[in-house]
Amino acid sequence: MAQRIVVDPITRIEGHLRIDAEVEGGRIRKAWSSGQMWRGIEVILQGRDPRDAWLFTQRICGVCTTVHGLASVRTVENALGLEIPMNAQYVRNLILALHALHDHIVHFYVLTALDWVDVVSALKADPNKTATLAGSLSDWPGNSPQRFKAVQEKVKALVESGQLGPFANAYWGHPAMTLPPEANLMAVSHYLDALDYQRKACEAYAILGSKNPHIQTLAVGGVSLAINPDNEATLNMERLYWIKQLAEEVRDFVQQVYLPDVIAVGALYKDWLPYGAGVTNYLAVPDMPLDGKGERFDLPGGTIFDGDLSTTRAITGFNDPYFRDNVVESIARSWYQGDWTKHPYEEETVPAYTDFQDDGKYSWMKAPRFQGRPMQVGPLAQVLVGYALGHELTRKHVDDALARVNALAGAKVGPEVLHSTLGRILARAVRASMLADLALKHWSLLVDNIGRGDLAIINPPEFPLGEQRGFGFHEAPRGALSHWIVIQDGRIKNYQCVVPSTWNAGPRDDRGREGPYEASLVGNPIAEPERPLEVLRTVHSFDPCIACAVHMLDPGGREMVRVKVV
Amino acid sequence: MSRNLNTDNLDFRLSRRGFIKGCTMAAAALGLSDSMIPRLVEAAASPLRPPVVWLHFQECTGCTETLLRASHPDVGRLILDLISLDYHETVMAAAGKQAEDVLKDTIHKHQGKFICVVEGSIPTKDGGVYCKIAGQTAMNILAEVAPKSAAIIAIGNCATYGNVQAARPNPTGAVGVGDLVHDRPVVNIYGCPPNPVSFLATVLSFLTFKRLPPTDQLGRPLFAYGRKIHDHCPRRGHFDEGRFVEQFGDEGHRKGYCLYKVGCKGPETYNNCPVARFNDVGTWPVGAGVGCIGCSEPHFWDTMTPFYERLPSVRIPGGQGVTAEADSVGKKILGVTAAAIGIHAAVGIGRRLVKGKQETEES
Repeated sequence: MAQRIVVDPITRIEGHLRIDAEVEGGRIRKAWSSGQMWRGIEVILQGRDPRDAWLFTQRICGVCTTVHGLASVRTVENALGLEIPMNAQYVRNLILALHALHDHIVHFYVLTALDWVDVVSALKADPNKTATLAGSLSDWPGNSPQRFKAVQEKVKALVESGQLGPFANAYWGHPAMTLPPEANLMAVSHYLDALDYQRKACEAYAILGSKNPHIQTLAVGGVSLAINPDNEATLNMERLYWIKQLAEEVRDFVQQVYLPDVIAVGALYKDWLPYGAGVTNYLAVPDMPLDGKGERFDLPGGTIFDGDLSTTRAITGFNDPYFRDNVVESIARSWYQGDWTKHPYEEETVPAYTDFQDDGKYSWMKAPRFQGRPMQVGPLAQVLVGYALGHELTRKHVDDALARVNALAGAKVGPEVLHSTLGRILARAVRASMLADLALKHWSLLVDNIGRGDLAIINPPEFPLGEQRGFGFHEAPRGALSHWIVIQDGRIKNYQCVVPSTWNAGPRDDRGREGPYEASLVGNPIAEPERPLEVLRTVHSFDPCIACAVHMLDPGGREMVRVKVV
Repeated sequence: MSRNLNTDNLDFRLSRRGFIKGCTMAAAALGLSDSMIPRLVEAAASPLRPPVVWLHFQECTGCTETLLRASHPDVGRLILDLISLDYHETVMAAAGKQAEDVLKDTIHKHQGKFICVVEGSIPTKDGGVYCKIAGQTAMNILAEVAPKSAAIIAIGNCATYGNVQAARPNPTGAVGVGDLVHDRPVVNIYGCPPNPVSFLATVLSFLTFKRLPPTDQLGRPLFAYGRKIHDHCPRRGHFDEGRFVEQFGDEGHRKGYCLYKVGCKGPETYNNCPVARFNDVGTWPVGAGVGCIGCSEPHFWDTMTPFYERLPSVRIPGGQGVTAEADSVGKKILGVTAAAIGIHAAVGIGRRLVKGKQETEES
C-alpha cells in the first residue's frame, strides 16, 4: 500500500514549491511538483514603453537577478533587428558570468550542501585529519587545521547555546547522511568561506551593473554604463582592475574549493549515482555572444533527445527558427482556464484555481515542451550539449572532473553517469569552473576593445509604426530562458516568458507526461517517509526557482483579468 | 510631508528611564498604543540572541539576496553572532513538516519576543489562494504570526505596499504588511530591493539601543530615507550649472554629467543611495551613468515610468524662479546680474547661474 508524503514548503530554494510523492517499498513510485504562488503580472507590461520592460521583468526573480533583464533587452533588440556595440556585449557577458558564479556557489553551499553534509557530525571531527583530507583534494591555502578547529568551535558554541537558528530540527543523523565527520567539518568550513566568495562575485559585477540585486545599467541597444578611461566618474581602469582582481579570487575559490568539494561528495556518495535521471531530453541555448548580432558564441547550445548524444543538434543564434518555432506551453494540468497547448506568441492566461487535484490541475506552473517533448534544462544540459558538440572548454573540464571522481571513488565512469541527481550537481560545478575562466577572458576582450579607443555603449532603439515580433534567449544559471514580445506602434502589445524552472518544475502536460522534477523523483529511495531528505536531494539538484517558474506575463492583451475560483 | 526627526531619541544613555522613554518614543512615532511598550522593552532586554522569524510571501527573494551582499555584518556573522534566525525558508535546513514544526514552536516559545521580518506581499483576493505555504494562505500565516511578534520589519516594496504585482490592475489584491497589521510596530524598509545597510542598521538599532528608529509617515526609517536623492547627489553641481547628459553614450555621459534629462527620478525619491552606495564597491546607478528609477517610493512602477523620460515639473536652474524645461534653459543665455543671483538664491538651487549650452564650460 503506497504512502503519500507531502513536502511543503520545500525550503532552500527560491519561491513556493510543494512536492507530493507516493512511496512504496522504500522507493518513490509517483510524484507531483506544484508551484504554490502566483503574482499575476499579466497585463502590467501591456501598453508600456518597451525600453522599460527589462526593469519590470528583472523583478520576476531576485535570486536569478540579471537574467530576466538580459533576456528582455535581447527580445526587444531582436524585434527591432538591433545590433549592439561590442563594449555592451562584453559588459553583459561579464555580468552574466559573474552572476552565475555567485549563483552556483550559493546553490551548492547554502541551498544544497545541507542535504549531504551533517553539521552536527562535524563536532566529532579531528581538525588535523580534516586538513589532511582537504589537502588531498586541493592546494587551497585556507584549509589549515587552525581554521577547521576554529570553525568547529563556532559550531560547538552554536549548538551549546540552544539556539540553532537555521540549523534546527534538520536531518542530522539521518541514515542517508554517510559522510565521515572530517568531510562534514571541511564542508561546513567551506560553507562559511563560500559566503564571502559569493559576495565578491557580486561586488565585481556591481561595478558594471551599478548595484545588485537588480542591476540597472542594461538598456535596449546596449548598456547605459558610461565608459571613459580618462574620467573619474565613469568606468575607468581603476574600476576595471577591481573587477579583474575580484574575478580572480572567485575563480580560485571555484576551482580550488567548490569543484573539489563537489567531486568529493560525488565520489563519497557514489551509491547515489544511479538516482534522479528522469527526463533525459536536454535543451540549452548558446550564450556569451562574440559579436553584436548573436551569431557567434563562446558557449554552445542545442538539444539532445533520449540521453543519446548522437541526436545533438545545435541552436545557432539569436534568430534560429529551430528554437523559435518549437517551443509551446500546455496548461492542461495548471490552474488556468482551458486545456490548450500553444506557442508563446499565441498564449493567454486566465487564472482558475482549484485545489490540488492528483488527476486534474495541481500547479500554478505551466508545462513547456519542445517539439512536444519535455526537456531538462540547466547546467547538465549545458554541459552535455557542449560535450556532444565537441566544445573544447566543456570537454576539458568534464573529462578532468570525471577523472578526479574516478580516482577518488576507485571507479571508471564516463559522461553517462551525469544523467542523475549527483550528475546535475557536478555539472553545475563544472560549468562554474568554465565560467570562471570565461569571465577573465571577456574582461580582457572588454579592456582590449576600450584600449583600441572604442567607447561606444549603445545603439539607441527606434520604434517604427506597425507590429514587430521578437524573442530573446539567455542561458541562465538554471537553464534556457526565453522572452517573447509583440510591439505595436512603439508600445508593448504582448509579452511572454518561458523560464528554465518552468521547463524543469512544470507539471504533466495534456498527454500526462511528467515534468523533469516529477520524473527524476521516481525510483529515489526514501529511508524515513516522515523525514524525506532524499526528496530534497533530487529536487535541490535542479536549483529550483519558483517565482521564475510561475508564469508571469501575458500576451493576451486583456484589461481585466477574470479570476474564477473553482 | 512632515519629517519630524525626534531628537530625544538620540539620548544614548541606557538608564532604564531612558530605555523606556526610547521605547515610548519609538512606539509614539509608530502610532502605537501604550500597551505595546512593555513588549518592546521585554524583547529588547533579553540576553538571548533575539529570535527572528522571516516570512516569504509574493516575492522574488531579492530582499533576502540583498542581505547576502552585506559585509558588515555579513550574513554569517549576523546569523551566528547577532540574531537567531529561527525560520527562513531560503536558508533553513529543515523542510516540509520539520519546517512547519519550527515555525509553530518558535512563535509559541518566543511569543512576544521575536522580530518578524516579512518579505513579499500578501494576496487578498479570492480568499488569498494566490500564495499558499504548507496549505495555509499567506493571509492566515500573517494573521497567526504577527500578533505573537514583538515588532515587524517589512523588507522591500512587496512587503511595504505590494510592489510590481500590485501595479494596475493588481490581479491578486496584493497588499503590504501595514495594510493588514495595525496593532504593533511595522517598520517599512522601502526599495526594490533595499540597500541591506538600511535593514541591518534598523536591526542593529534595536539590538544596541533597544529601540526602533524614528520613521516618516510611510514607516521608513529617517536615518535612511530622510533626504531626497537629489539633495545629496554628487552630480547636483552639474544639475545646478546646466551640464546634462542628452543621451547615453554622449560626451556628457562620458564626463559624468547630470542624468535628469535621461529620466533620473532623484528629485522625487527619498533614499540614502548617493551616500550609502551598494555592494561595498562605491557603486550606485547614477554613479554608473543611469538615472534613479525611484524604487523606494510607493507605486513607483506607475508613477516613475517611463523610466527613461524626465520628470515633468522639476524646478531646475532657470530664470525668474519658474519651472522650466531643461532644454529650454539650455537655449537661453543668461547674463550675470545681482538680481538674477538673488532669484536663484531664493529658490535654493545654487549660486552659479546656468548658462546656455554654447557657453557651458568644459570640465
